Amino acid sequence: MPNKATPQRASKGARILPQWVSTTALLLPAYGWLTIAVFLPLLTMFLFSFMNKTPMGKAPIEFTLRHYRAFIDQPYLIKIATNTLLMGLWTTLACAILGFLAALALVRCTHGARRETLLILILLPFWTNGLVRVFSWTMVLRENGFLDNIWHWIAPAAGSIAILYSREAIVIGLVHGYLPYMILTCYIALVTIDDAIIEAAQSLGARWWVILTKILIPLAAPGLISGAVLTFVPVIGSFMEPRILGGKVGVTMGTVIEDQFTQAFNWPLGASLSFTLLAVTMAIFATFSGVLRRGTGGTA
Amino acid sequence: MTRLGQIFLGLILIFLYTPIVVLMAMGFNESELYELPFKFSTRWYSALSTNTELLTSGFNSIVLAVITAVVATSIGTLAALALSRRTFRGRNLLQLLLLPPIAIPWLITGTAMLIFFFWTGIGRGMHALIIGHVALAVPYVVLVVGTGMKSVRADLEEAAMSLGSTPIHAFFAITLPLLFPSILGAALFAFAVSLDQFVISYFLSSPGYTTLPVQIYSAIRKGFTPEINAISTLLLLGSMTAILIFARFAKPGAPK
Repeated sequence: MPNKATPQRASKGARILPQWVSTTALLLPAYGWLTIAVFLPLLTMFLFSFMNKTPMGKAPIEFTLRHYRAFIDQPYLIKIATNTLLMGLWTTLACAILGFLAALALVRCTHGARRETLLILILLPFWTNGLVRVFSWTMVLRENGFLDNIWHWIAPAAGSIAILYSREAIVIGLVHGYLPYMILTCYIALVTIDDAIIEAAQSLGARWWVILTKILIPLAAPGLISGAVLTFVPVIGSFMEPRILGGKVGVTMGTVIEDQFTQAFNWPLGASLSFTLLAVTMAIFATFSGVLRRGTGGTA
Repeated sequence: MTRLGQIFLGLILIFLYTPIVVLMAMGFNESELYELPFKFSTRWYSALSTNTELLTSGFNSIVLAVITAVVATSIGTLAALALSRRTFRGRNLLQLLLLPPIAIPWLITGTAMLIFFFWTGIGRGMHALIIGHVALAVPYVVLVVGTGMKSVRADLEEAAMSLGSTPIHAFFAITLPLLFPSILGAALFAFAVSLDQFVISYFLSSPGYTTLPVQIYSAIRKGFTPEINAISTLLLLGSMTAILIFARFAKPGAPK
């Protein structure tokens, strides 16, 4: 029997089945479910991405690499992909700066019950409906919306500052969505830093930017990196944020993929674009897997 | 410096909560076109009470979240027991396999499910949504219950068995009661995951069976009234309550 049974398990006379049977029985429902719902679908999507057309009706299916050439055949896709990556970079950068500073403020400027309450308040929106939160930004950013009204009240003569249906609006909505996560990962990394290190640096005459760049940022790096990965990956796969906040300028890889499934009905192209995105995702996870696996504690 | 940090945290909270508060307030504003100045009215909530489309999809969402919570918690707890109490070959791989449903963008998982369910004849609708939502919730359940298992000592169960209890009885009499807070926390978590899920639902719902977020999305794109704010407010309050109760049971993310 290959499995190593728990050593001091009291063996009752009634035990008939070997332990691997019960282990399998415990694991089978969950992993069987994941196989049907996630793993087989991903494999099927890979298969579909090589089909010449959506397999409807009786026409024979041919296999082709055509859809993976889409970036060459349809150059506008390169522009869309670039925009998508830029959207991901801006969102991640904004989240990293704001998230790091907020985590630093939590660790250095608050403590006790107050810190715990603040942490819960920061994380609470993260677990509410993302769609509704994106929708809520349209109320704030639209013409004659909340911000516009405040602006008119401050400067009645000035024009509108409504920025709904712009790239900035998309990034604002995305930052709102992923900032709590970045604050959490940076917080977990920063909270383990011993105060004595900073005091030692101060007593040796280190200025604040030296402490920041030589101590705090390097020690918080695991938190920053895992936060950045877990922001960048979903952002480049987002589609409803660009749709709702970007309007006509909100064309991203995500919306193009969505279109293939809901409008254009070109599933193989959608599948190959999805799979390309998945490959990018996997490459990012593989690159940073060391940092991600170590969790967010420890040193860089 | 301390003052500056606290002001910054205040600004972050304002950034996080302004749109949510504006959304909720607009649900109580008289104007159909979201015009200001603000004039209090409950007309959108009364309009909501007769909007069968939104109410049906809301009801669907809750039923789906309850089913997801029950199924995901049951099968996820079983897997967590095996993963944390047994040593066997391939355990690390199995733990790694919990990550794809969490880490891969939902757009990819959702379209993959759509393709597979179409191809195999499973199709779309309620059953497809149950399959999808449970799969998204199971990894979280395994993680939450697995963390809880760490605080339940294995030797208690072994002590009971050495005193003549059967493994099954020992599990129900000792481990399960001690594990109960984690299991309840995991169930609430699964409930929230399902209630908030939009992307997967969007691809798997059928014209006859939609969930509330899907209905809200199509309303946002086709034109809407503050009724959407009213129902969104209820949805936000629902998931915030679930998460706050969860935070009481599991105390996540607050290491000292």
